Amino acid sequence: MQQIFNFVIRNKTFLLFLLLFGIALSLTIQSHSYHRSQFINSANSLTGGVYGTVNSVGQYFDLKEQNTILVEENKKLREELLNTVKTPQNTAIDSSLIDKRFKIVSAEVYKNSYNSPNNYLTINRGKRDSIQQDFGVITSKGIVGIIDNTSKKFSTVLSILSKKSRINAMLKTSNQSGSLKWNEASPYIVQLEDVSKFANVTIGDTIVTGGQSAIFPKGLGIGVVEKYTIDAGGDTYIIQVRLFNDMTTLQHVYIIKNNDIEELKTLEALNNE
Amino acid sequence: MNSSLASNIIRFIVLLLVQVTICNNINLLGYINPYIYVIFILLFPVKNNRLLFLVLAFNLGLLVDMFLDSGGVHAGASVFLAFARPVFLKYAFGTLYDHQTLKFGNSEIGALIMYVSGCVILHHLILFYLEIFNISQIILLLKKALFSSIFTVSLSLLLILLFKPRK
Repeated sequence: MQQIFNFVIRNKTFLLFLLLFGIALSLTIQSHSYHRSQFINSANSLTGGVYGTVNSVGQYFDLKEQNTILVEENKKLREELLNTVKTPQNTAIDSSLIDKRFKIVSAEVYKNSYNSPNNYLTINRGKRDSIQQDFGVITSKGIVGIIDNTSKKFSTVLSILSKKSRINAMLKTSNQSGSLKWNEASPYIVQLEDVSKFANVTIGDTIVTGGQSAIFPKGLGIGVVEKYTIDAGGDTYIIQVRLFNDMTTLQHVYIIKNNDIEELKTLEALNNE
Repeated sequence: MNSSLASNIIRFIVLLLVQVTICNNINLLGYINPYIYVIFILLFPVKNNRLLFLVLAFNLGLLVDMFLDSGGVHAGASVFLAFARPVFLKYAFGTLYDHQTLKFGNSEIGALIMYVSGCVILHHLILFYLEIFNISQIILLLKKALFSSIFTVSLSLLLILLFKPRK
């Protein structure tokens, strides 16, 4: 017993090092292997407060650019509005009685990264705004990512620029679906894999969300086909997709709240039993 | 509260804030960022308690990880550097370190460059190994570590010499 104590006291620095390094290693492994919920994350009031202060100064630098984006979006929405054929409504409907399937919450990006293997964003909406894990995050141009951790006022978003993200997407013209991954090469290009060889792919085709998961509604823009190759197995295409979004300069984003998500989750849980 | 304690506390906080607010948004050529928070580990007083030093380095790394959502990457690299620091001290400063009379403020510039480069390169190799976590991407790892190291070493030396205590 005495010897054990002596050993511990003699090697206390090394043992403490092993302990701390072990903790760091397990946190790293956890962040690489599990799909969600990191133990140490930036959705808390300390990091949120610091990033918020920085953002309140930094947002002035790209006001012009953000204004252009907003005007573009307004223009698109106005065109859509003017071009929809108005049907004469004979019966008055109380709009508060209609169940909206999707609700949108706007948020500001406090932190954005795009150069590590798993990128996360920090945004200024949290549980207080009834944001939950698995809500989709988009901009006016295309998709951004999926809500990962939430705190009272802040959330982290697992970006589509991540080894861990798998998003269901499809070709707009032929509805052939595949899954969207990222190979870490460029923040402007993502890969659409597992697309059947029989699909008609041409360069310049639009890729949109597939709607097979409850996270994103069907038909949201993602990007255009840059080039495509047949994978090693010879059965599927690997399509390089150039994103509509510039993931390096995100400022304002929208969170999609799916009101049916609870019901869908319980149904899926029933199926898995 | 002596001046060494105060200056170390201030250094800890200032370096952490500068790191997460400025240095992580530089993204030179798309991916090169300096990690200047290692200056805290480099300049920590030599004579002090090593257990405390390890815990502080770990916490600094963990805070950086928290801000950057990177798991435990920075904590691991920092604690490893803190543990391995005596080797570099001995190699770079030799007898000064052996006699416990080392002061970073008035040390020789050549020895200081040697010490900072050695420590930063080790730190960055571990950092990017943990971040990429895939030995098959060793080229990418080395490329990232090399370029970031050059950036960090030059910036750190500049800062250390700039904020040298007056005699």
